[in-house]
Amino acid sequence: MALRHFGAAAAFAVTVGMSVSPALAVTEIQWWHAMTGANNDVIVKLATDFNASQSDYKVIPTYKGNYADTMNAGIAAFRAGNAPHIMQVFEVGTATMMAATGAVKPVYKLMAEAGEKFDPKIYLPAITGYYSTSKGEMLSFPFNSSSTVMWVNLDELKKANVEIPKTWPETFAAAKKLHDNGHPTCGFSGSWVTWVNLEQLSAWHNVPLASKANGLDGFDTVLEFNGPLQVKHLEKLVELQKDKTYDYAGRTNTGEGRFTSGECAIYLTSSAFFGNVKAQAKFNFNAVPMPYYPDIKGAPQNSIIGGASLWVMGGKSAEEYKGVAKFLTFLSDTDRQVYIHKASGYLPITKAAYEKAKAEGFYKDQPYLETPLLELTNKEPTENSRGLRLGNMVQLRDVWSEEIEQALAGKKTAKQALDSAVERGNVMLRQFEKTAVK
Amino acid sequence: MQKQAIFQSKLLPYALVAPQLAVVLIFFYWPAAQAVIQSFLLQDAFGLSTSFVWFDNYVELFKDPAYFETIVRTFFFSFAIAVSSLSFALLLAVMADKPLRGSMLYRTLLIWPYAVAPPVVGVLWIFMLHPSLGVLARYLRAAGVDWNPLLDGNQAAALIIVAAAWKQISYNFLFFLAGLQAIPKSVFEAAAIDGARPMRRFWTVTFPLLSPTIFFLLVVNIVYAFFDTFGIIDTMTRGGPGTSTVTLVYKVYSDGLLGGNLGSSAAQSVILMVMVIVLTGIQFRFVERKVTY
Repeated sequence: MALRHFGAAAAFAVTVGMSVSPALAVTEIQWWHAMTGANNDVIVKLATDFNASQSDYKVIPTYKGNYADTMNAGIAAFRAGNAPHIMQVFEVGTATMMAATGAVKPVYKLMAEAGEKFDPKIYLPAITGYYSTSKGEMLSFPFNSSSTVMWVNLDELKKANVEIPKTWPETFAAAKKLHDNGHPTCGFSGSWVTWVNLEQLSAWHNVPLASKANGLDGFDTVLEFNGPLQVKHLEKLVELQKDKTYDYAGRTNTGEGRFTSGECAIYLTSSAFFGNVKAQAKFNFNAVPMPYYPDIKGAPQNSIIGGASLWVMGGKSAEEYKGVAKFLTFLSDTDRQVYIHKASGYLPITKAAYEKAKAEGFYKDQPYLETPLLELTNKEPTENSRGLRLGNMVQLRDVWSEEIEQALAGKKTAKQALDSAVERGNVMLRQFEKTAVK
Repeated sequence: MQKQAIFQSKLLPYALVAPQLAVVLIFFYWPAAQAVIQSFLLQDAFGLSTSFVWFDNYVELFKDPAYFETIVRTFFFSFAIAVSSLSFALLLAVMADKPLRGSMLYRTLLIWPYAVAPPVVGVLWIFMLHPSLGVLARYLRAAGVDWNPLLDGNQAAALIIVAAAWKQISYNFLFFLAGLQAIPKSVFEAAAIDGARPMRRFWTVTFPLLSPTIFFLLVVNIVYAFFDTFGIIDTMTRGGPGTSTVTLVYKVYSDGLLGGNLGSSAAQSVILMVMVIVLTGIQFRFVERKVTY
């Protein structure tokens, strides 16, 4: 019985193997990604359309789990000698990928070698800046980008007679009012506590998070986010946490349900939250720019991105690289970018796609989808707002979260917590610097 | 009584154990040796640059006061998990051992949770007790309890211990039940005739006769608490708030897999391995004396 099954399976394997192998000299391109649901459909459609548009290359998308899983799978596959051609890596993995000289093929080099037309200027600088060297060379190809926005429950705000806040002091006042008017457990809250309250806060106020342009200019960077702005901000959160005018909602986005359920009427998180809000919220909502401190000169600056980019892995043949380059050109097409933007809610990555969506009146119905773009392009990016490139960012964020939690729980002062977060983070950065390929 | 098999050929016994030895060598000793080697190396995540650093990874660990806190916390967690899941499982087993109508159904239902994977256990408890997602959390808050394991370290620790212990109860229950059923009924009857009340019967008859099972489960549970709980921690608290739920094995996981710091992670695994060897040694050396087979 078992043997017969085995025979059948072997026969099947042989037939499949024969039908797929050579004959047509199609070069296969493996694309590992971390998209689920509607976004997975977008990926499949992109691959199918590309495969139908020509007959030399075949892009095969494979879902590999969440962002961290996909990255770990890619690293493990590389160590075993069979990495995919294209790998979707979230923004916090950027430094790790970049440090792996030889493991990755920089996109600007790939495009030049494959002879593809490639002008980095057509992409939105606020997005590409994150994935480029300080000389403007694009290392990875931006794919899905988002930014932090402030989601507001318009119905509850109206009920409590609160205007949509623009600055942090206004936000705190609004939260107090909400807290006293039917929201005793949450005046305002947010996800990704370090992203919102350290990383974006710093960029938005043109204050450094770390030296060397937040790590973009070298791995010998030192954390600097224990300055007056960040300390003042955390102190305020600690104070408001006491009576739940602010209520901490965790390190990741597990607390987002508190907005859609109506518990929190003001909630800071990624613009990519829009799919869930749209599907679940039974109230009028909007996403507005992050608040700022008006006493900081020049604020607000511009926000930085979240999301992921596509990294091309090293050690593949010239023919394969040609296919990858063609695929990236295919993705850059204006109509295609408009499609991705509309279908996923992530940002368009080219200027032309943004202009087109605007011209079509897309943002009239869905103004919240333009908010992250307005934030990103608010001002010309500076050293402090171009992006972040810190090694071991996933773990760094956990360490920073640990310290922020200590402060919110009243075990440390805001200053002590941030000093300790900087100190512990620096140890990890030095460790990363030691292992980075020179 | 002594058992001794007589082999004609000198080689035959070796040939007979060879397959087993091969399995043990390939699947246990080889990876362990790899961990030891890796713990002397400093390497990036991709394995592109490797340097030999002697004991640097260990020195870094022992220079870090937080590492000692993690060790103490791990022992506390393991002890709490082992004791609570063992005692609760024993209680259930004693009750299920009674001649009851439908006892088969109870037994089956009690065994089921063992088939649930640790991360699923984490998610399950999250849905009950997460401050913003949890069903029970809502009632707790409504009842005036300030339930917030996202900021209260003690609540988070309790949550992890309860979830991890809960996961292990079925397994312990299974062994306890088998152990209880192996005790001849005549012993109880004799004790009952002598006038011993149920509690006394339990402590003087059942418990000593069950001691081999208890001892075996104690070792298994401590090893479980040491090694198998990172899935629960990762899904429930990610080590937070602060570092109040970071255990040794979770640190191995987060440093190695999330942080890509394989050298330190390997050094931690080696330390963990040594700790469990020592712990098991102590158990067999001292606790086993109290066990009557």
